[in-house]
Amino acid sequence: MACFTATVAEAVVVKVIEKVEANKEIRLAESGKHVEESEKIPMSRKLKWLTSLLIGGSFLLAFEHVWHGEVVPWFPFLTAMNNPEDAAEMFREIATVGVSMAVLVTVVWVGMCIAADAIVKRASKNEEADA
Amino acid sequence: MTLLITVFAAVITTVLWYTRKSDKLGLGFLCLMFWGASLMWFVDAVFEYIELKEEYFTPALEDMINDTFLGLSVVALALVVWVVRLLITDPRGVVKRSLQSRAAR
Repeated sequence: MACFTATVAEAVVVKVIEKVEANKEIRLAESGKHVEESEKIPMSRKLKWLTSLLIGGSFLLAFEHVWHGEVVPWFPFLTAMNNPEDAAEMFREIATVGVSMAVLVTVVWVGMCIAADAIVKRASKNEEADA
Repeated sequence: MTLLITVFAAVITTVLWYTRKSDKLGLGFLCLMFWGASLMWFVDAVFEYIELKEEYFTPALEDMINDTFLGLSVVALALVVWVVRLLITDPRGVVKRSLQSRAAR
């Protein structure tokens, strides 16, 4: 009904955090205090992956809702809002399906970050061994 | 069907992204878009399975056709978004060169 709204909300929050983190990294790099190892993937880049997963997924899911006539271009935009019974069902779906979607995408992203860090670390170790 | 079509699209774009030397075409974004949607529809499918049990695997023909059209439309929409993003970001400068050469004429 409107399960994608949970992931849209998460995407907005993550996008803000991503921008803040990117600015922090730029400031650190400019001030010369940036002593992070070169092989580490910046947090802002990792957050960009999560934003793309959430925004991209939510956009395609929203299209599915338009296809099924659950989202309309006029107020209140969600057809379920027209009567209280449907609205209650919609909120229940957001709380169950929507939240589960957001959790699964975030868990997969955490796995992606761990795997990416391990790959970068392994590659730099191999380079050191070759040198 | 929508989930299946999106998963296939995600796998194909991931393979294309992996085999390219650089990601100048922004395939990484397309991959993440398809994977994000696949994960979300997977959760949707799990909840639907909990509700319908084995009936979930025997959908009506009409529903299957509708879902197939939806899946293909989703892939088409994602590709359109990707192309528009590619033209706007213009990583190879093709659009810029084309516009500059036309302006010079």
